[in-house]
Parts: sequence; structure tokens; C-alpha cells
Amino acid sequence: MISNVHGIRFALLITALLVLSACERPPVESDQLGFRGTGMQQVTNPRLRGLESMIPDPLPPAPAAGPKASEVYENLELLGDVPLPQFVRLMQALTSWVAPQEGCAYCHAPGESMASDSLYTKVVSRRMLAMTREINNNWTSHVGNTGVTCYTCHRGNNVPEYGWYQAADESARLPMLGHDAGQNRAAPQIGLTSLPYDPFSKYLVDPESIRVIGEKPLPGKTPGASIQATEGTYALMMHLSQSLGVNCTYCHNSRAFAVWEESSPQRTTAWHGLSLVPALNTGYLASIKEILPDDRLGPHGDVQKVNCMTCHQGASKPLNGVSMLADYPLLATAQP
Amino acid sequence: MALLSFEKKYRVRGGTLIGGDLFDFWVGPFYVGFFGVTTIFFTLVGTAMIVYGAAIGPTWNVWQINIAPPDLSYGLAMAPLKEGGLWQIITVCALGAFVSWALRQVEIARKLGMGYHIPFAYSVAVFAYFSLVVIRPVLMGAWGHGFPYGILSHLDWVSNVGYQYLHFHYNPAHMLAISFFFTTVFALALHGSLILSAANPKPGETVKTAEHENTFFRDIIGYSIGELGIHRLGLFLALSAGFWSAICIIISGPFWTRGWPEWWSWWLDLPIWS
Repeated sequence: MISNVHGIRFALLITALLVLSACERPPVESDQLGFRGTGMQQVTNPRLRGLESMIPDPLPPAPAAGPKASEVYENLELLGDVPLPQFVRLMQALTSWVAPQEGCAYCHAPGESMASDSLYTKVVSRRMLAMTREINNNWTSHVGNTGVTCYTCHRGNNVPEYGWYQAADESARLPMLGHDAGQNRAAPQIGLTSLPYDPFSKYLVDPESIRVIGEKPLPGKTPGASIQATEGTYALMMHLSQSLGVNCTYCHNSRAFAVWEESSPQRTTAWHGLSLVPALNTGYLASIKEILPDDRLGPHGDVQKVNCMTCHQGASKPLNGVSMLADYPLLATAQP
Repeated sequence: MALLSFEKKYRVRGGTLIGGDLFDFWVGPFYVGFFGVTTIFFTLVGTAMIVYGAAIGPTWNVWQINIAPPDLSYGLAMAPLKEGGLWQIITVCALGAFVSWALRQVEIARKLGMGYHIPFAYSVAVFAYFSLVVIRPVLMGAWGHGFPYGILSHLDWVSNVGYQYLHFHYNPAHMLAISFFFTTVFALALHGSLILSAANPKPGETVKTAEHENTFFRDIIGYSIGELGIHRLGLFLALSAGFWSAICIIISGPFWTRGWPEWWSWWLDLPIWS
């Protein structure tokens, strides 16, 4: 009997230790996002924050004097009007952001003219340069004056670390069990929930309506959104939450999710972001599909596309709100 | 108020924790005691503060009256009366009244030579409230993490705090608490239906005894916990529900800041299948 009691105590102790080791520890930090007592708060644990993003030092500024870039280099579809020293400075920065190992040769084939488009990487980077300027010029509703640079997404990688391909349909269930709608896969991009694991194909290319909340207190005769649509929306919201490292109350007052008057200003920014991402995926990334080699394509032959994680990478403001664009204004000026 | 014939034997002197004989008397059928006096004091002051808060607020609509805790920026300091200070005073009064009531139950139990089951059970409910307005706010560094006093406003708080952890049903302690709540009412339903059945026989039959009750459950599930056992079980289930409710909110924030679904990554990572 005595040894039984000891055994039970020992098992309880082990269980308690395991449970505690799965948790975090106080103190935590919290920001108030609404009127006091409404529970509109963002709670974060400083111990979870990764190393602060290493933001590369800006290159020394280049003089605005000198010949135009197009007078020296040929085949410049973008940035032709820019003074040569500034053009070269941007190319150097771009290389350090996207291909620090490979250097210039990642896009400019060695032994060929700088004007040569023989490497697909050069054609892609021209397209991505246009995309960056499009974002900075026409999407200030989402990126504000902070803007984006190549580094926002690439962070020293040839291909941004975070993005998505159209998911292969690996529903391995027997047909008689019915379609699982991509649920119960505990995927990291949706916070390990049971929700559909690929909200991106549905909402981030040719977006279906994200809003599923009815406009009346009780359901009427006209059917509202289906359970499936609702779960899709929640999966997408889990992705937003994971990508930005925030909770639901960062944008919404949960007593009335849909009501703009009771939401935080951040929700407006996010709303523009949910228009920006499909615009980039259909307008820029889909267009490089023909250029890319097969090993850069996903299981369905599609290019890697962007989602919130591509830029945000766990921060509510990418790179914690540091504007690298301020040091590289060429990435924002209107296209010549 | 008339004294019932059997009440005299419950009016036992002594057993007080504090105050000696000073408050050891009854008003009508009610025992007073030192803690009866403090209960009345804290109750009146606290209620007056709530009414004052309602009076300086925008509405007398009883659903919408809201007395909110201070801004987080006040941390664990006192706040101005109209900016959360009222909430702080009301919280002190509430805890004063609840603890006084529990200690009054202790005194009565001592008078009657009973165990402390009643004050202990009541203390679990007080502990749940104490967790919400003291333990968790202190661990998180601001009284502003307490819940607001208002019928609808506290529900809004519950909703938003739940969504801070994306999906509160994945909170393991919340799971335990819910399971205990449901099991409590399930056990009560089984027990209540059994007692009503035994006590209300068909016309012409006599009231059934404990042996009938035991036989019924031995027939249906092979086991009867017995008439004392069912009350011990009920107490355990009900107190566990309250206890794990307190735990589930204490760990949300101080010991976990992400979505609760993510907490279960240890399950996905178990070496059995990963």
C-alpha cells in the first residue's frame, strides 16, 4: 500500500513536470489595445522572441551626379533614368539581400554582357524589382511609408524562406469516409488547429469572400455562409495570427468581429494586405511561371506565392517596423 | 422571528475564531459573530461603490452598467477613483466579504462540531474569483488584467480574453474544468432521479429504501457508490470543476501567451508517432 502511494506520487510529479515544461514562464508583457477592461490586449512573452532580425547596414549613399544608367548599360527596362552611381549602389545592395553567396553571377552570366537576359534569375529579379516598386508606390495603404525592399522577404535567401505552393491533394482516406476538406492535419501555418490546412489557394489568389458573419442576430431564410466557408476563413485568420505573432484581439473586438467601428485600426491595414497579396500572386508571381525551371515549381507546377508570413515572419510589422526603404528610395520612385 | 423548537440545540456558544463572546449572538435566526459584522460592512461598502460607479457612469440600464479595472499603464499601483480606482475598492470589498463569509462558516462549523467541508467548498469558489482578480493580474503585472464588473461587459471580457489565446477550448485546464462541470451535473441528474424515484413510489407501494437504490445501480452498471459515497463524489466533482477553472485562467497569460492549440505540439511530437 505504502509503495503504491509513492508510485502514484511519483507519477503525479512526473506528469506535473511534463505539463510545466510544455508551458512558458512569467513575467510577460502586455499592450492595451482598447478601452480598459474590455480584454483588448496583446500579451507576449519576451523569452519567445527570436534574435532580433539582423538588418544589414545601409551601403554608403551614392552621389546623384554622373551619367544616367541607361547611357552606360543596355537593356535597362527599369531604372534607366537613375544616375549611374545610385544604380550601381542599388545593384550591390540587391545582391547582398538576395544572393550574398553567389554574387553578381547569380543573375549576370559570367563572360556575357551585363545586358544579357540568358539567366532566368535576371528576368525574375527585374520582375520582382517592378513588384517592389508597385508595392511601395501604390500600396501605402498596407505598407505605409515604411515600405518594403527585397530584404523584407528574401533576408539573404535566393527564394524567400516563407511562401506557399498549391497543396497537393494528399487526402489518403478511403472515398467512403468522405472528403475531409483538408482538416485535422495540425499544420503549422494554421497554428496546429484542426482547420483546413490550405486556406491560401482559396483566399490568396482569386479571393473568395472572407467575411462569413451574418448581418442579423438570427439566421434568416436566405442561407448564409456554410460551415466549410467559415472554417476556411478561420484557417486564414489563424495564418494571419501566426504570421504576425498576434492574437484575434489585435484587430477584432470579439463581441462583434465584423463591426469596423469596434475593431482596432490594425484591421484596416490587414484588410488592405488581404487585397495586396492576391494582387501580387496573380499580377507578378503567376507571370514568372514560364520563366522558372521545373525545380522551382510546386507539385502542381505553380510558382511559390506569397502569404502574410513571406514578409511578416512572425512580427506584426516586418523587421519590427524598421524602414530600409528610407535608405534606398529608388525602390519607391515612380516607374519611368 | 419565532424560534423553532429544534433550533435551540444549534445555538451553541463559543467556537469563535476572533472577538470572543463579543459578537457571539443571534439576530433572529442568524448567527452574527465578528465575521458576520465584517461581511455586512464589506457588502454595504462594496455595494455602495457599485451604485456610485453606476451613478457616475453613462447608464442605469442594469445590463450595461460597467465598472472597469484601470488601464494597464497603472500596473499594480492604485488608480484614480473614476479610472479604475472604484474597481480596486470594490475588489477589496468583495474579497473582504467573501473571506469573512467563509470564516463565519468556519465558526459555525466549530460551534456544531462539524468538519470544515462547507467553508472548504465555498473557499474553492472564492479562490476562482481571487485567481481572476488578484493572482493572474499580479502575475501579469497590472490590475487592468482583472475582469470588469458588469453583466454584459464581463462577458465581452471573457470573449476577448478567450480569443487572445485563439481557441480557449484547447486549454488543457479548461478541458478538465468543463469535463468536471458536465460530470457534476451528470452525477446530480443520476442521483436526483434515483432519489425522486425511490421517494415517489407507485400508488399503493411504500417508499423505497437505500437497498433498492443500490440494487438499481448494481443492476444497471454493476456498481453502486452508496449514499455517503455519492455525496463525496459530488463534492469532489464540483470542487474540481471550480479548481480547474481557476487554474485554466491563471495559466492563460502568465504561463502561455500563444494560441492554446499550439500548446499541444508536445502531443504531436511524442516519439510514439513522430
